[in-house]
Amino acid sequence: MTTAVVVFPGTNCEHDVVSAITGLGGNARLVWHRETSLDGYDSVILPGGFAHGDALRTGAIARFSPIMGAVSQFAEQGKPVVGICNGFQILCEAGILPGALIANRDLSYICRFVEVEVTDTATILTNAAEPSQQLRIPLNSYEGNWVNPDGEGRVVVRYRGDPNGSTEGAAAVANEAGNVVGIMPHPERASDPLLGSTDGLVFLRSLLNSLVSV
Amino acid sequence: MTTAQPVHRSLGMSDEEYDSVVGILDRDPMPAELAMYSVMWSEHCSYKSSRKHLGRFPTEAPWVVVGPGENAGVVDLGDGWLAAIRIESHNHPSFVEPYQGAATGVGGILRDVFTMGARPIALWDQIRFGPLDNPKNRYLLNGVVGGIAGYGNAVGVPTVGGEIEFDPGYTGNPLVNVMCLGILKREQLVLGTAGTPGTMAVLLGKATGRDGIGGASVLASASFDDASGAKRPSVQVGDPFEEKKLIEACLELYEEGLVVGVQDLGAAGLSCATSEPAGRAGVGMDVDLDRVHTRESGMTAPELLMSESQERMMAYVAPEQVDEVLTIAEKWEIDSAVVGEVKAGETLRISHQGAVVAELPAATLADNAPLYDRPAQRPDWLDEVQARPGPDLSTHDPADLLEKLLDDPAIGSSAWIHEQYDHMLFLNTVVGPGSDGSLLRIKGTKKGLAVSTDGNGRLCYLDPRIGSARLVYEAALNVAVTGARPLAVVDNLNFGNPEKPEVMWQFKESVEGISEACEVLGVPVVGGNVSFYNETDGIDINPTPVVGLLGLADPMPEDPPRLSRAEEGMELWIVGPAASDNLAGTAAQRLLDDRPGGIPTAPDRETAVTAVAVAAELAHSVPVLHDISDGGLAVAAAEIAIASGVGVVLDVPAAEIFSEDPHRFLVAFETGSINLPPDALKFGVFGGNQIVINGSPLDLESAASSYREALPRRMR
Repeated sequence: MTTAVVVFPGTNCEHDVVSAITGLGGNARLVWHRETSLDGYDSVILPGGFAHGDALRTGAIARFSPIMGAVSQFAEQGKPVVGICNGFQILCEAGILPGALIANRDLSYICRFVEVEVTDTATILTNAAEPSQQLRIPLNSYEGNWVNPDGEGRVVVRYRGDPNGSTEGAAAVANEAGNVVGIMPHPERASDPLLGSTDGLVFLRSLLNSLVSV
Repeated sequence: MTTAQPVHRSLGMSDEEYDSVVGILDRDPMPAELAMYSVMWSEHCSYKSSRKHLGRFPTEAPWVVVGPGENAGVVDLGDGWLAAIRIESHNHPSFVEPYQGAATGVGGILRDVFTMGARPIALWDQIRFGPLDNPKNRYLLNGVVGGIAGYGNAVGVPTVGGEIEFDPGYTGNPLVNVMCLGILKREQLVLGTAGTPGTMAVLLGKATGRDGIGGASVLASASFDDASGAKRPSVQVGDPFEEKKLIEACLELYEEGLVVGVQDLGAAGLSCATSEPAGRAGVGMDVDLDRVHTRESGMTAPELLMSESQERMMAYVAPEQVDEVLTIAEKWEIDSAVVGEVKAGETLRISHQGAVVAELPAATLADNAPLYDRPAQRPDWLDEVQARPGPDLSTHDPADLLEKLLDDPAIGSSAWIHEQYDHMLFLNTVVGPGSDGSLLRIKGTKKGLAVSTDGNGRLCYLDPRIGSARLVYEAALNVAVTGARPLAVVDNLNFGNPEKPEVMWQFKESVEGISEACEVLGVPVVGGNVSFYNETDGIDINPTPVVGLLGLADPMPEDPPRLSRAEEGMELWIVGPAASDNLAGTAAQRLLDDRPGGIPTAPDRETAVTAVAVAAELAHSVPVLHDISDGGLAVAAAEIAIASGVGVVLDVPAAEIFSEDPHRFLVAFETGSINLPPDALKFGVFGGNQIVINGSPLDLESAASSYREALPRRMR
């Protein structure tokens, strides 16, 4: 059971994600964006960062990276696909998740812990959470404000309070099947008591659970 | 012989310096040669006014691997781990164009660190502005913070701490100093050497353009006036995405053992990246400028040699490994070009469009730079300033004064700034911004790296020697409260115009103060930066040395002290010498009196050493440790109360309340659980929802609100 962690030029959270997953006993390996296959992997994470320098707009170039064909296929096959922060932006840009992420309401970068509430536990990223479980994990983004003109998608984690103007307070959004989830705060940054919280492990443990049950 | 020509003066070179170039070459220099000497001999690159004095710094210790003179200092952390550290200023560019000036400051300091083979793991920013009631200063602060955030976040290196100060003297000349820390395994250490004859010079990274031409000589080494806006074309433009790819590509080159040496292209660009490694290795080099990848057409040889285009590195590579290097560059989608070959001898020969445009002894660009022993003289005005009486606090209500101090934007919460910075990336930030010192873990070890950066222009204005020494002691205490022992110092010396004897005196005194304190603590200086000409319209800034101190906690405390860990019922103690009634240079003085005056309390060598040792030991067993600095004990206690969300009742000798005398810190813990030194004094108990100072109350919520809003309310 191995998780592919995709690295685009400009990605910067890849090592953090790998270390959080291996800390839970899972396996994770880095996959360069020019690869075209995810054979041998059971789930895929697009980690945070600034893929292709966020040129044009976040995710606009990354959606054309060679690996994205395999990521789409993975999603269609019902396998677990997670986008964290910039990865969430890329999944929206690629049409794998609905909506788009635009600049925060206050036009300011936000890096701090936020409180969130899990509102839907029937996804690959939230199945280990209690219904309505409240968690504290770091947000770290400028374009974290999810907009959803077509009204599709399931909001599965919501901010308590309104840090960035996100529609329906969305901190995480899933596709209808629940096998693709984009989350704006960083679960891997709340993975160690020394760093102030272990609440992010609920999400990563959910992902590992879903690998066992697939 | 005097061949005064306007062209060398327009490049910032004096007539005497020009004559010296003619002496070296035994002929008039060609235009490209003149360009190279002008940038390499600029104040910014050559340290010609300061070099003589920098030799005073203690630089040796058994754990120093690379001392001053390379791109960054390197120290041994044990078990095969090394740390690389460097600080640099981008003051002048940040005034001319705050966003890009600060952004490229970050880019430059990162390159200094990953040039050594290290992965940059954290940044700190030390920024100083004029008062925020002036819209220009708000614009500068916004731009500088935006530039640091925009570059640092996107390049993927967390900014985990720093300091901000306001003073009218910085209105025309803000200070932007950025420090970077990297870690590496010993076998990955790389130096800035060109290697042996046959080695190839491979230019990696962004294409060269006309940006930043003369930045070092025209911008960084001259004073400002109203026309400084015209210097905007000399500010470089940063591209963090290119830098991110360059970092990853270089780290892969080091991992594969593919480079002999590396030199970054910062100030002085190609001139520096060819001549310095060749000079260090005692070799010559042939360079072909036609091979340099450019993004503008028609660039002349002097332009190519002086360009300060960002995100470029020169790798020195054995000929049989060049192909592998180019393949890795291609993988990371960065441009590359083989631009030169190392030759026996000492001649740096540069050709452009079929003609030799420079042919000079490589080492002379660095080694023969002018060395000035500028006259120094104690300022006449200092006696009067030092004789000014301090403020009388007896007529002020302490709770009222405390609330005003918490509303001081230099004292209040820095969240408005540090929440714009990614300060958590890499999962190392154990103690982050808003604390005394930062504490970073090294994953897979028990080690923690603690860092503090400290400056205080007012203290150094009143007495540069005392002020500078106290910065070192404060930084040492700041890392000690995280459980670390001081390991190394880097300094950024921001001063006015060195051609004024008073400024030179301040500089010498400051170097002396830093040196003395480092000797007392047994900490070497492993690198630094000097920024002169921080004057506008003839007014010099306060002398503002900034000290960056690296400490090692091995092992790191399992549960390090935090300001937020105080609880109802905990006792609050002060450890250290009893405070004097001297308020010279304190925040209380600046609140009550427009003009600082007096002589700041001198540090005490023995107490300094004891305080650091006691704090570092206590950090392993107490929940809260906090250095006393700006605003004294009152502000320090309030910061703990605000962070922990619990009130505190203080009963304390009047002189202690707002004193910033050195070597004093606070400890909070459960009753009876800790042994403290005999001179420790219990003066408070946590509980309730007020901060009460000797009977005078301040609501905790009101204190917290003043503290939180001090900066943002002035920026709205």
